[in-house]
Amino acid sequence: MVLVYAESPRGQFKKATLEAITFGKKLADQLGQPCAAVVLGKVQTDAGELGRYGAARVLQVPDEQLNALDSQAATQVLAEVARQVGATVLVLSHTSTGKSIAGRLAVRLQAGLVSGVSGVSEAESQGRLVVRKPVFSGKAIAEYAITTPVKILSLMGNAVRPEATGSPVVVETLNVAVPPARVRVREVRTVEGRVPLPEAEVVVSAGRGMKDPANWGIIEELAEALGATTACSRPVADSHWRPHHEHVGQTGIAIRPNLYIAVGISGAIQHLAGVNNSKVIVVINKDPEAPFFKAADYGVVGDLFEVVPRLTEAIRKFKAAQ
Amino acid sequence: MKFLVCISQTPDTTARVAFTPDGKSYDANGVTFIMNPYDEWYALVRACELKEALGGTVVALNVGPAANETTIRKALAIGADEAVRIDAEPTSSAFTARQIAEYARANPFDIIFLGKETIDYNGAEVGAMVAEHLDLPFIAFASKLDLSGNTAVIERDIEGGVEVVEVDLPFVVSAAKGMAEQRIPNMRGIMMARTKPLHIVPPVPVDEPVAVVQFTLPPAKTGVKLVDPEQMDELVRLLHEEAKVI
Repeated sequence: MVLVYAESPRGQFKKATLEAITFGKKLADQLGQPCAAVVLGKVQTDAGELGRYGAARVLQVPDEQLNALDSQAATQVLAEVARQVGATVLVLSHTSTGKSIAGRLAVRLQAGLVSGVSGVSEAESQGRLVVRKPVFSGKAIAEYAITTPVKILSLMGNAVRPEATGSPVVVETLNVAVPPARVRVREVRTVEGRVPLPEAEVVVSAGRGMKDPANWGIIEELAEALGATTACSRPVADSHWRPHHEHVGQTGIAIRPNLYIAVGISGAIQHLAGVNNSKVIVVINKDPEAPFFKAADYGVVGDLFEVVPRLTEAIRKFKAAQ
Repeated sequence: MKFLVCISQTPDTTARVAFTPDGKSYDANGVTFIMNPYDEWYALVRACELKEALGGTVVALNVGPAANETTIRKALAIGADEAVRIDAEPTSSAFTARQIAEYARANPFDIIFLGKETIDYNGAEVGAMVAEHLDLPFIAFASKLDLSGNTAVIERDIEGGVEVVEVDLPFVVSAAKGMAEQRIPNMRGIMMARTKPLHIVPPVPVDEPVAVVQFTLPPAKTGVKLVDPEQMDELVRLLHEEAKVI
């Protein structure tokens, strides 16, 4: 059985969870096995809805203690569920939660782990599973064969699109002992409003070319028109022009949206390392020699203070016509 | 207080990425190696700051061959008191984690620090593995860490926000941007690093659960398509009809 850990941060299933189930279902079909999803803690929606994305069974350990992440407790419960249902492949999301747990599970279940997987190259029902993942910040692709009886994968965000091809199922409650948490969550501070950067499908990012933080209105408007999340380069975050959580790049957040629009960013290699995995990159810069153009799919050489409002207008016109 | 900082050596950010002709391993020819930035800038510096404030020892540990000793000496120059090199080629995260765990089992620490991931294989696997081997709590992506007595208050990055957690010693933590500021080693540090102890420890054998099939380079970008700055309707059309992203 392919068992997907359907993570539910703050009681909600996010896009990453639906992607993991869609991916788990496809892998299960390739292996000729069923796909199940496991939910830890209480959720605010009907977990049975996960059946729509391909989970033939939805299992839940509804102990409220599991709502706060303690990687040890979550690992022990997931390992026990995996044993109970005879899971041969476990799928997690490559999120802060997934990364806190995947390595632990691998040790506990003596399983081979490949994290940040973007696709399956070869799946046999017995024996090895070959998967691929971007490495060197997207500058290369690695293929790994997992040969252990139990295999663990964590799925890179935006690697597959959630597909609702099934129908809701009845949730099965599991009784699994939950060990006491040793990590106590005191406070959660989330940024309200826009989609978090790691999940965003469209990102509008700006750099020092903006000249002044007061000029960010045109970036906000473009993002608004596209339904995009805003981001920035490191110098901008370091000068406190924009909050640190917007910094994408090697030391900030690595993202892989479908569309990344870089405005007034020269494209230093450290910045590219965080955005190389974007499907399509648009660069707007007045300097035709900006290195970012080499990594871009579409480029506009021009004054961003003229180009960006013009693009916003064009997007609005396009959306209105849709 | 005893702090262990696990440091990894990675190709420099600007290094060209190439592989051996069989596609099985990274071609290190002519590549400059550095200490993994997350390990150096955040994990190591924070451990040194805590030691300087509270007293104790910082041990820097690397799993790697003798060629890594330049990187290890840099950790000593930044402020680690002693270093350990587990004398083996780090073949996988499972291998590396097991080596770190065996060392820390025999030499217990109050906090085991790592960077949030390495900039080469981007796995973010080792910290969680070490914690499980040692049955310790693990806090990933910590951007702030303060100690009061035996309890740490840690801010960790989560999707779209920050979570504040409390945990008692001992534990394993992975460091993200914000935990400390990069330190440039000064001349005194560099001189002192030469005489600080560097212990060489033999590895323990590990069954590899994962094997490399091959590395490939992604298809090169076909080249940027330039759009006239006056023609933003055309860019929107391309994004919709050609790229299919809006």
